[in-house]
Amino acid sequence: MNYLLRRLLLIVPTLFGVSVIVFVLLRVVPGDPIAMMIPPGATESDIDHLRQLYGLDLPLFDQYLSWFAEVLRGDFGTSISLRQDVLLLILSRLPATLELALAAMLVASLLGGALALVGIYWPYRWPEAVADGLTGLNQAIPDFLWGLIFILLLGVLWPIMPISGRVDPRLSFDFLTQFFLVESIVRGEFALFADLVSHLLLPAIALALPLTAVITRTLKSSLREALSEDYILLAQVHGYSRWRILIREALRNAVIPTVVLSGVQFNFLLGGTVLVERIFSYPGIGNMAIGAVIDRDLPLIQGLILTFAIIFVTVNLLVDMSYRMLNPRVSHE
Amino acid sequence: MNSKASSRLTRRRVHLRIWLGGGVIGLVAIAAIFAPVIAPHNPLEQDLISGLLPPFWVDGYNDVFFLGTDSLGRDLLSRLIYGARVALIVAVIAASLAAILGTILGLLAGYYGGILDTVISRMVDIWMAFPPVLLSIVLVAVLGTGLHSVIIAIVIIDWTRFCRVVRAETLVQKEQEYIAAAVTIGLGRWKILFREIFPNVFPLLITLLTLEMGIAVIVEAILSFVGLSVSSDQATWGGLIQEGRLYVYQAWWVMALPMACIIAVVLAFNALGDGLRSLLDPVLDR
Repeated sequence: MNYLLRRLLLIVPTLFGVSVIVFVLLRVVPGDPIAMMIPPGATESDIDHLRQLYGLDLPLFDQYLSWFAEVLRGDFGTSISLRQDVLLLILSRLPATLELALAAMLVASLLGGALALVGIYWPYRWPEAVADGLTGLNQAIPDFLWGLIFILLLGVLWPIMPISGRVDPRLSFDFLTQFFLVESIVRGEFALFADLVSHLLLPAIALALPLTAVITRTLKSSLREALSEDYILLAQVHGYSRWRILIREALRNAVIPTVVLSGVQFNFLLGGTVLVERIFSYPGIGNMAIGAVIDRDLPLIQGLILTFAIIFVTVNLLVDMSYRMLNPRVSHE
Repeated sequence: MNSKASSRLTRRRVHLRIWLGGGVIGLVAIAAIFAPVIAPHNPLEQDLISGLLPPFWVDGYNDVFFLGTDSLGRDLLSRLIYGARVALIVAVIAASLAAILGTILGLLAGYYGGILDTVISRMVDIWMAFPPVLLSIVLVAVLGTGLHSVIIAIVIIDWTRFCRVVRAETLVQKEQEYIAAAVTIGLGRWKILFREIFPNVFPLLITLLTLEMGIAVIVEAILSFVGLSVSSDQATWGGLIQEGRLYVYQAWWVMALPMACIIAVVLAFNALGDGLRSLLDPVLDR
């Protein structure tokens, strides 16, 4: 409990640091954000008025304080380019990104697990060589290049998959939440669900592949370790088949470090959504972030980066806690 | 039984990786350095009548343009060669600067400990809370487009990779007996840090540096893809991909060729880095 409290307290300086850096960084931008939003022919007083409206005429320190106080109250300001509440904008896009990231996590776990098992079951033979080769490619090629490769191969040269958006625009539906994938299952609209999945698949796999390599490597080495334990010998004496020993005995014990690591890697996955969403025109917060940077939309950029940072530190905390719960050998000091 | 045979195999594989990786990078580097001599055309020269010509293996190929042309009729091969220039300049300069900055901070944090270590480690923590791709895009938007901005952005983001590893390695080295011996014979702290500890961290650093160059190539491609690297008519691999994406249904090769270049170079840096890691630090291998 004491530990949990300390970890929670450590989040504060990190988020504070992030917010200060983002704020200062964005204020030294050479381009004037007001200059981006004024129509040609605006008078000097119009510009001053806008500057006052967004608080850009105050000293930097005062700007930061008032912004931070508002953030604490849940007010992230108004987007300059979209002219809507930043928090509402982010909340409306966040579910799409979370669905994408979680789908990628699922793909990475399944594929990474399969490649590790293949390598362990057929060591020093061609299946392991193939699995190792794939893992090497997965590790070396970044998610955005995988995305482009998929678009080229499966979207253009052999067009069998949709390569843009989250859902076919011809399908109309009226959902309560933005978690379309979940809600379509709950409502039993399976045609819509299938369309959502077909749109989600390529960006999710592109995001998943680099993580797959990490999962394969970790799981393989802990499987190897687990297979040298005494209880495996016992299972062999029992006459269990190799698959059964591998899946039911070794995997069960070897999976803990992989789970912990995947948690840590989830953050990299979220970071990857920025570009992958852009490439696949997927309407999540990553895509929105690049748009915000191009439009120099300061309130939106600040809100988005802070959102990413909050998710990052929360995931780190959860991973840390789950590791301590799964592994009693780690002391609580 | 066959552990000796397999270790010999591994060693052969390690050498193969180093030669293959180094070879590809060497070829690209030669193309980049001698670009004005090698490139068959001026990469900026437009020929609007011969836009989107196909490369040599597709029908309708024009033998003036070996790999075809982009939408403005600019020679693709020449643009790829000049793109290699940008990619390698960024890779070498940005990765080296990030390595220098990260190594110095990592050595100091690991060796001196205390408040210095706390401050540096906390900074690394804060850095890790930013999504790197987004941060690089924001940084370049702040710094203004251009090659130097791309380099600065990579250094600002990626010094933590070196800092974390070097700090951890310094902590290990600090406890070794040769350091105790150096202290006993009265060597000063700086001498111990740079003459004793640094050389032992160096092999690790070379591996990290090689891998970082691959990462820098990717970051440069990302930034030029988003349109934030150098000016848009200068040839970059990321910019070519972005342009090719617009015409991908008429001319898929405009997008595919620069992608192939990036993948080849990135795989080469990875193979070289992996090979060097096994060669320089046999303990790490397996």
